[in-house]
Amino acid sequence: MDRLKYFLPSFVFVALAILLWRGLYLDTRTLPSMLIDKPLPEFTLANVVGEPVSNSDLPDEIFLLNVWGSYCLPCLIEHPTFMRLSEEGEIPVVGINYKDRNKLAKDWLETNGNPFSFSIEDLDGRFGIDLGVYGAPETYLVDADGVIRYRHVSVLDETVWNKEFLPAIAELKAESN
Amino acid sequence: MIPELGQFSLILAFCLSILLGTLPMIGAARGNILWMNLARPLAAGTFVFLSISIGILAYAFATDDFSVQIVAAQSNSLLPMQYKLTALWGGHEGSFLLWTFMLSGWMLAVSVFSKSMPIEFVARVLGVLGLLCVAYILFMLATSNPFMRIVPLPPGDGSDLNTALQDFGFIVHPPTLYMGYVGFSVVFAFAIAALLSGRLDAAWARWSRPWANISWAILTIGIALGSWWAYYELGWGGWWAWDPVENPPLITWLLGTALIHSLAVTEKRGVFKSWTVLLAILAFSGSLLGTFITRSGLLTSVHAFASDPTRGVFILGILGIAVGGALLLFAFRAPLMKSEFGFGLVSREIFLLANNVLLVVSAASIFLGTLFPMVYQALTDDLISIGPPYFNAIFGPLMVLLILILGVGPMSRWKRTSTSYLVQQLAKVAAVSIAIGLVLPLLVLFEISFAAIVCVVLASWIVLSMAKDLRNKIINKETVSKGLRALSLSYYGMQIAHIGVAVMLIGVGLTSYFSIERSVLLAPGATVTLGSYAFRFDGSEPIRGPNYVADQATFSISKDDSSLGELYPERRIYLATGTPSTEMAIDAGFLRDLFITLGEEKEDGAWTMTVYVKPFVRWIWLGAIFMAAGGTLAAADKRYRRLRQRKFAKDIAAKEKLDSGNLQPASS
Repeated sequence: MDRLKYFLPSFVFVALAILLWRGLYLDTRTLPSMLIDKPLPEFTLANVVGEPVSNSDLPDEIFLLNVWGSYCLPCLIEHPTFMRLSEEGEIPVVGINYKDRNKLAKDWLETNGNPFSFSIEDLDGRFGIDLGVYGAPETYLVDADGVIRYRHVSVLDETVWNKEFLPAIAELKAESN
Repeated sequence: MIPELGQFSLILAFCLSILLGTLPMIGAARGNILWMNLARPLAAGTFVFLSISIGILAYAFATDDFSVQIVAAQSNSLLPMQYKLTALWGGHEGSFLLWTFMLSGWMLAVSVFSKSMPIEFVARVLGVLGLLCVAYILFMLATSNPFMRIVPLPPGDGSDLNTALQDFGFIVHPPTLYMGYVGFSVVFAFAIAALLSGRLDAAWARWSRPWANISWAILTIGIALGSWWAYYELGWGGWWAWDPVENPPLITWLLGTALIHSLAVTEKRGVFKSWTVLLAILAFSGSLLGTFITRSGLLTSVHAFASDPTRGVFILGILGIAVGGALLLFAFRAPLMKSEFGFGLVSREIFLLANNVLLVVSAASIFLGTLFPMVYQALTDDLISIGPPYFNAIFGPLMVLLILILGVGPMSRWKRTSTSYLVQQLAKVAAVSIAIGLVLPLLVLFEISFAAIVCVVLASWIVLSMAKDLRNKIINKETVSKGLRALSLSYYGMQIAHIGVAVMLIGVGLTSYFSIERSVLLAPGATVTLGSYAFRFDGSEPIRGPNYVADQATFSISKDDSSLGELYPERRIYLATGTPSTEMAIDAGFLRDLFITLGEEKEDGAWTMTVYVKPFVRWIWLGAIFMAAGGTLAAADKRYRRLRQRKFAKDIAAKEKLDSGNLQPASS
């Protein structure tokens, strides 16, 4: 009996190992387990031109939420797609100006064109943390009720738009009808 | 072609370590001297090929060979050379190669500095380390090959080292931490070798002690460097944030601290044997667990490498075999070890036992706090985070108890001490400590707080009881210098390390309670004052670094109208990725640090910024330096170098003569 106590560390270790093994398959970092099908986090911030914006200013229809920054080179690659989408009125695009500087952001929009209905200014990246943003660029598909339905990390060009977003939007529309 | 040579030598090191992990072990089990003697050359060979391997990888980084995947991912042609070379450990694959290389370095050290140990023991120790090496290299070759190429079209330039890592801290912190971490593998190997041979005696403890002390000292410095780096790198939560990846080194450190104390008892008194062995296994598990957590993506943190469950499963497998196997071996062998001597209820043994219990309980509670969010998620699917309040609430009181014992322990005697002797010795020390604690914070800082009083009382308690003990030891000698010379290096090591605890305690306590900060918007020429310090903002100008552009601001600092010089905080944009980064400027001092971080540029050259005054913050790391110096000094004690194993050596020589006739007919 006395010898059994020396096995105690082994038992504890086995229990722990099972737990760690189970833990490996938990998704602690990708968004799907956290925010997909959950409402957009609350925010009360300024937009790039300095007016206050909050959740109530978001479009009442399906829209895109794009994380961008003037420092972000890949954002320039996807920029024409967003310009086309907003010019053709295909879908509203709201921006999140992520960890940027106000003046640089304004210049960037002036130089390259502004596809956004408005851009939420997230200077310290707090809203980005709530959203679980990895970095710019990143785009979320949000439905009319303000619920996040799809997320795409990195550049959204025409290919991604056709392959990923159009089907996702079609599905959303089918759902609501 | 050259990277493939690196890969090839990694495979050769793998083959050699397989031999190292098997032949000497079999030799030791069968008493075959020839096979046991293979341990040293095989360890050296493994080291040589791992050195070639890591050297070639460093060469690929230095020469911008972007066809190698991790060079393309972690380096950039604009990167300054010191960061190109160290970008090697900026990702999972390279840092694991560094880890394995360090293990082989420790193996080499063991094979060189083990002349006084019997060959059977050396063969087993190196064999266990060889097996670990096999597992690590297999892991690299199977899941994370650092020499993977990008074919057929390598990128024109690399995507740059994470900008937060482009710092002096990155050059020194990871290698030191790994060095300390991996050092505990050696102590682990000693424990396994002892369990295998069934001979856990004072000799085993004496051989292990210098290795445990050195590993512990290096780990102390490694953690302190990390803390110092996190302190000046904005956004990492200051000198200690209880981050899930900061915690495993601390857990290992606490277990290691328990181990070096427990080893002392086992060596001197022949008691706590099975407990000491268990601690050696646990400290090593702590270091493996740290790797597991960082590399598997189990917990989200600033330190975490890209997540990959296959890697996690592999490391868990290594953890399972190494630690699980060791614990099973322990379960079968430990009951055979019997304590040789008893001890009384008030004795140095008891105080060291209490020290061990407190350290292990602290380690366990940090471990639980670190893993709890994951367990919670496993059970409920919700994410939570456990913050510093939990850790502070548990760790603080445990440390207070530990420090109270720290004052008594060295004063007490082995076997039995009379309580009245301790009271007589320490009553005055306690009274003076309390007096100092009440008066000193008031005199130095003109402020008073309960926590600061506690810290100063405890620090005085440590220093004064140490001084009292020293006085007791030399008071009967003819002269002071004779008395001082009669004391051993390990005694001085202990004193210095314990004083390090006092120094660190002062730093932690006073910084936590008396730091002040202020966030302001300043136009050029304006001044902000904080405490007795005035910071004048003299404007900002654009500058250009090797791989970034920046706005650099100039501040003139003064105290009571006497100038203290200028500080230059920066806001950088790194060119390769366009990532912004804030470089704070620090005026470091013995009694206080002043620092400034820039925020955003506003209209007319005005900037938002935060200024800080942090009293005694340097003492945190100064304390760590004391501790590490103490550990090193204790390891340098001459009794570890004395050839106490003459007897063993003779036995072995006799055996060798006998065996060589049978085994080496060619040489005779």
